[in-house]
Amino acid sequence: MLLAVAFANSIVLLIAFGLFIKSRPILAEKSLSHLLLSSSWHPFKGEFGFYPFIVGTLEVTAIAMILSVPVCLLSAIYLSEYARNRFRNLARLVIDIMAAIPSVIYGLWGVIVIVPFVRVLGQAMDTPTTGYSLLAGGIILAIMVSPIIISVAMEVLRTVPIQARETALALGATKWQAIKHVLLRSALHGILSAIVLGFARAFGETIAVLMIVGNVPKVPKSIFDPAYPLPALLANNYGEMMSIPLYNSALLLSALILLVVVGGFNLTAHLTLLRFEKR
Amino acid sequence: MDTRKLEETLFKGLMIASLALVLGVLAGMILVIVLRGASSLSLSMLIQTPKGGYYLGKEGGIANAIVGSLYLSFGASLLSFLLGLPIAFALQKEYLGRRLAWITRLSLDILWGTPSIVYGAFGFIVMVYFGFTASLLGGIIALALLMLPIMTRSIEEVIRMIPPELKELTYALGATRLETTLTVVVRQALPGMVTGILLAFGRGIGDAASILFTAGYTDYLPRSLFDPVASLPLAVFFQVATPIPEVQNRAYASALILLMIVLIISLASRLLSRRFSRHIIR
Amino acid sequence: MPHISLSNLSIAYGNHQVLKDITVDIPDGQITVIIGPSGCGKTTLLKSLNRLTDLYEDIRVQGEVRIDGVDIHDPKEDILALRKKVGFLSQKPFPLPMSIYDNITFGPRIHGMDEKQLFQQIHEVRRHVPVDFPGTLDDRLSSHDPRGKGLALLVECYLRLAGLWDEVHERLHAPATNLSIGQQQRLALARALAVEPEVILADEPTSALDPISAQLIEKQFKLLKNRYTLVVVTHILRQAKRIADYVIFLYMGELVEHGPAHEFFNFPRDERTRAYISGEIS
Repeated sequence: MLLAVAFANSIVLLIAFGLFIKSRPILAEKSLSHLLLSSSWHPFKGEFGFYPFIVGTLEVTAIAMILSVPVCLLSAIYLSEYARNRFRNLARLVIDIMAAIPSVIYGLWGVIVIVPFVRVLGQAMDTPTTGYSLLAGGIILAIMVSPIIISVAMEVLRTVPIQARETALALGATKWQAIKHVLLRSALHGILSAIVLGFARAFGETIAVLMIVGNVPKVPKSIFDPAYPLPALLANNYGEMMSIPLYNSALLLSALILLVVVGGFNLTAHLTLLRFEKR
Repeated sequence: MDTRKLEETLFKGLMIASLALVLGVLAGMILVIVLRGASSLSLSMLIQTPKGGYYLGKEGGIANAIVGSLYLSFGASLLSFLLGLPIAFALQKEYLGRRLAWITRLSLDILWGTPSIVYGAFGFIVMVYFGFTASLLGGIIALALLMLPIMTRSIEEVIRMIPPELKELTYALGATRLETTLTVVVRQALPGMVTGILLAFGRGIGDAASILFTAGYTDYLPRSLFDPVASLPLAVFFQVATPIPEVQNRAYASALILLMIVLIISLASRLLSRRFSRHIIR
Repeated sequence: MPHISLSNLSIAYGNHQVLKDITVDIPDGQITVIIGPSGCGKTTLLKSLNRLTDLYEDIRVQGEVRIDGVDIHDPKEDILALRKKVGFLSQKPFPLPMSIYDNITFGPRIHGMDEKQLFQQIHEVRRHVPVDFPGTLDDRLSSHDPRGKGLALLVECYLRLAGLWDEVHERLHAPATNLSIGQQQRLALARALAVEPEVILADEPTSALDPISAQLIEKQFKLLKNRYTLVVVTHILRQAKRIADYVIFLYMGELVEHGPAHEFFNFPRDERTRAYISGEIS
């Protein structure tokens, strides 16, 4: 039994260690700052600038958060404070199902529906685009992180004791005033954690985004341009990993970056939630 | 006074619109997949493997993907259950010190949030190190790692729900620590564990990123652990961006089958947990 | 001052009948105490007077509660105005997650009161209730000082009224959660008074407090009845004897007996009343 525990604890370190070892060759050749800031990605010439991918990842995640956070928070507040029990349970069921749907299916739907939508939108705004773009990736990501943000936010709101609402209402506040001034204040930490968890999920999501974001290794100039987030880079080029050793190392470095960044966000969110629950 | 009520009505409207958007998108998604996939579905699609190569062949079906996914998920579920069960038991206060338990939980939390492609990359490194290529075994290992935190957490939650009085009672009757745990706790926990296994299984069967590097892809059913294996998520992924309609149909059919499996598992685990919780003592 | 009258009020939660056919008038300008054993509907009765019962989903209310002749459950009536008129003190004080100052100004702020209204309010209060402001305050009041002063005066006024000013005036902007529970309850009183209710409902207001804080609250209640109608729920018989002007006795959801305190305690008419007063049933 202890063996299993040791295994569980060490696997994280093993993964990080393994990825680090494999990243060493490229870190030895080029400095980290060069790798992170250079925009030139030509592996066959030995140039590995990660900048477009980092920017791509950040931008698509940002779009996803901007689209999903307001919608999800409003939905969570409605479900927690206004909806009747029956409806709330039904909605929760639907949201849980949404969380269980595989990434590939989101991607497929993105190809069928979102890409043409963005194409049409681009035309309407005089920006020609194939539809495979930052915006499309952002939209699908926004949809994918919604279940997490909504369900965590709902949980957090439910833990605020009923006296908080009673007290505010008894003074003559409207329901919305009670929510705005009292509930949201009490639940702020938890809600922020929900957002950070959503962010972490969006950052690391690979397949769905890969299918619709365009995969062009250049820094996108508008949301209608294609982008190339880091996970997509990794997924697309695994075939090349064996041919050029430095390529291999570069790709595994990107995996390491993902692990560290996403891990860091998740950890912060979980620890904050834990502290919030203790109160 | 009126402005307050106006503000409330405004926000209420926004809230309802937001919720409608979220629910509507889900409904739309399922609808689209079902409509597109249903037309491609036929008996031959389900039981034949693709003929002429999955990427170009115009005949045959997705049996390779269906069977492959089942092999992968069952194997990974088994592996992660075998690993997760002892960890979940160990996490009870009786076996580990507080510190160690906290660290273990932390590790599991990190694993829970790790993007699945990282598991794929790690699996790849392991495979290269041990010298085998993309195969059923590789896929199982990567998926098992992915499933481990989910499995462990589900089992742990179930065990935690068992009232300590039950355990104390068995102690009083003279059983040793191990005996107690195994008999009493397991029986109480079994329904919840089944639910947990189902949940992990559902997660694993839909994941593409972790098996992308590690399981490979093939037109055939795997004959050994070391053969490459097809899977439903990758069947969609590889076959969707094609000009050939028959190939695309295979992608849609795979998507539909995958969706159905995930929905059934989701609903089944919910029903099971509700049914079984009636029999559990609280 | 409002005339509160209940006619045939019956309340049920789901299948459980909590209040049965209550008909009684609550006198103005007095302290009415609702007594009875725990769990027999006292809190529900209290909460029905300001419609806090609306927060519970399965509740069914029959009969009428009239304040100033108006049925408060009439959908055309403004529930926000009702709740402003009828203030509520709960058993365990809940400080809002903000500073002491903000707690008190919360009510006036959400009702959007302006400076002039605030000053008017303070004047009114002083006319009816002895609030020992130091002499110089009169100058402050009459000079109609610059903005912001209104709220500060309000805070001071009601904190003095609740008997809390001396203890907290140097840390008004500290979080209210840092106060002791006795202080929190007095803060809750000040907060409820700040919206100028006409009725104050108190649900077991001292049961969570230490004896000294309890005494302070009782003392303030006696002061307040010059201006407000108080309805206090308690299960402490001695407290009822100390503060009541009028008594309502609830047993198992039924109104057993009610009347002026002197008559009630010395000449009870019902068997159950006698048993309760003598301590046979509690």
